[in-house]
Amino acid sequence: MPTRRKALQHSATVASLLAVTGLFPGIALAFNAKAFEAKNLGDALKALGAGAPVESKDVTVTGPDIAENGAVVPLGASTTLAGVKQLLILVEKNPNALVAMFNVTDSVDANIATRAKMGQSSDVYAVAVLADGRALFARKEVKVTLGGCGG
Amino acid sequence: MGDPMRIRAQAAGSNATVRVLMAHEMETGQRKDAAGKTIPAWHITNVSATHNGKPVLSAEWGPAVAKNPFLQFTVKGAKAGDKIAVSWKDNKGDTRTDEATVT
Amino acid sequence: MTQHRVLLAALLTACATGTVWAQKSTAEGIAEYRAMLADGNPSDLFEAKGEGLWQQKRGPKNASLEQCDLGKGPGVVKGAFVELPRYFADTQRVQDMESRLLTCMETLQGFNAAEIARTPFGRAEQVNMTALAAFVSAGSRGMKFNLPNNTVQEKTMYEVGKRVFFARSGTHDFSCASCHAEDNKRIRLQDLPNLTKNPGAGNGFGAWPAYRVSNGQMWGMQLRLNDCYRQQRFPYPLFGSDATIALGLYLGVNGKGGESIAPAIKR
Repeated sequence: MPTRRKALQHSATVASLLAVTGLFPGIALAFNAKAFEAKNLGDALKALGAGAPVESKDVTVTGPDIAENGAVVPLGASTTLAGVKQLLILVEKNPNALVAMFNVTDSVDANIATRAKMGQSSDVYAVAVLADGRALFARKEVKVTLGGCGG
Repeated sequence: MGDPMRIRAQAAGSNATVRVLMAHEMETGQRKDAAGKTIPAWHITNVSATHNGKPVLSAEWGPAVAKNPFLQFTVKGAKAGDKIAVSWKDNKGDTRTDEATVT
Repeated sequence: MTQHRVLLAALLTACATGTVWAQKSTAEGIAEYRAMLADGNPSDLFEAKGEGLWQQKRGPKNASLEQCDLGKGPGVVKGAFVELPRYFADTQRVQDMESRLLTCMETLQGFNAAEIARTPFGRAEQVNMTALAAFVSAGSRGMKFNLPNNTVQEKTMYEVGKRVFFARSGTHDFSCASCHAEDNKRIRLQDLPNLTKNPGAGNGFGAWPAYRVSNGQMWGMQLRLNDCYRQQRFPYPLFGSDATIALGLYLGVNGKGGESIAPAIKR
């Protein structure tokens, strides 16, 4: 309905109310606490109801080889596979491995970038969960170092 | 209502690259203050984005997302003049929505 | 013999999994990390907040800062940052950006400048001061430093700044020069710019205000200098003190022609 679309376009307040009450179709405002408390990749995927993770060349994890400061590490997950339901970013050695989970629709590229906190040098995973529940991942080591006193 | 986000949406070919900067502490709940008390977790838990009102992306975030979070994604079939709205909600129930026009 | 075989196996494994020893130097890796952060600088959030504060009617006089004279005339923000510190006839002082903002907050808006100067960084009006500094510096983004430095007061303050820069003091006999007066120095992975001349001076001075990712804070030059003092075990410098302004003037004049990238992003 054009009226509803106009209302959304012209009123950020309306949009925020709709977001909070979960009226965006198909997008539940749940928070999978169990997944975010998982200590490793396997447990996080189990909590999300996905299959056991399999390494794949069709999934890419992007990030620096070395991060000057673990407080802000640019990390990305992408895949060329079709039928992707979710993209996940995990840092193995963090207190809880799962950093972020993205629900990908057909309207966006399966290519998301964000920034994570890393407690120490660690392997970083990008995981693509497909519609059939299969989980495919790529892994990369990111070294974290604290710099000096200035800058 | 949280502090304003900065959203930049740039047309690139037949798509639009959206870059968002959100203002949020993203407190992990692991830190202690000077008195030794744990600073409670305070972080964005849900993010969603729409293109001309249609939901295109949603996300769940844990506290390991960096402070003042950055997010980048590409919306298919978005052109100059289209509206991109991004919303977030945190674990205290605070929310924020901002909108940008694709240029 | 066994050790040799183990090393060989390790080398083959390393090659097989795609890692190549010494593929990229650490400096290159850090440069790549910094480049990745450059797009999407949280300074933007502070710049936006500062712009709002510049326009908002605030304080006992319920006025905005839009008539504030930062050296190029009332309300002129563009290009003001790259000409500061400079001499102001109305206060008869050489002032830097932050002390000048404080003057405007007092004269135009009625705030108590002394109270704000006493307020610790990151609290109350100091938070707004930092956002305003980010906004004002953004008005000179990409422009070259061109401090006028043509009055008796400015020339005197430059000499004061030089003396302060080289003066060894405190419990450890540090001076600014201990770290910042030679080329090619570093502390661990942090390169230390030589602030006595370009390109170091322009790079060093033109990088603040900056968002520091290590603590998620926005720092202006006043806080940057304050923290240098802390590291040198010097007494706490007062906000907008002559010593800090003189140092800023020394850096800004040394950095003439250097490009300002403020508000920047830093470790």
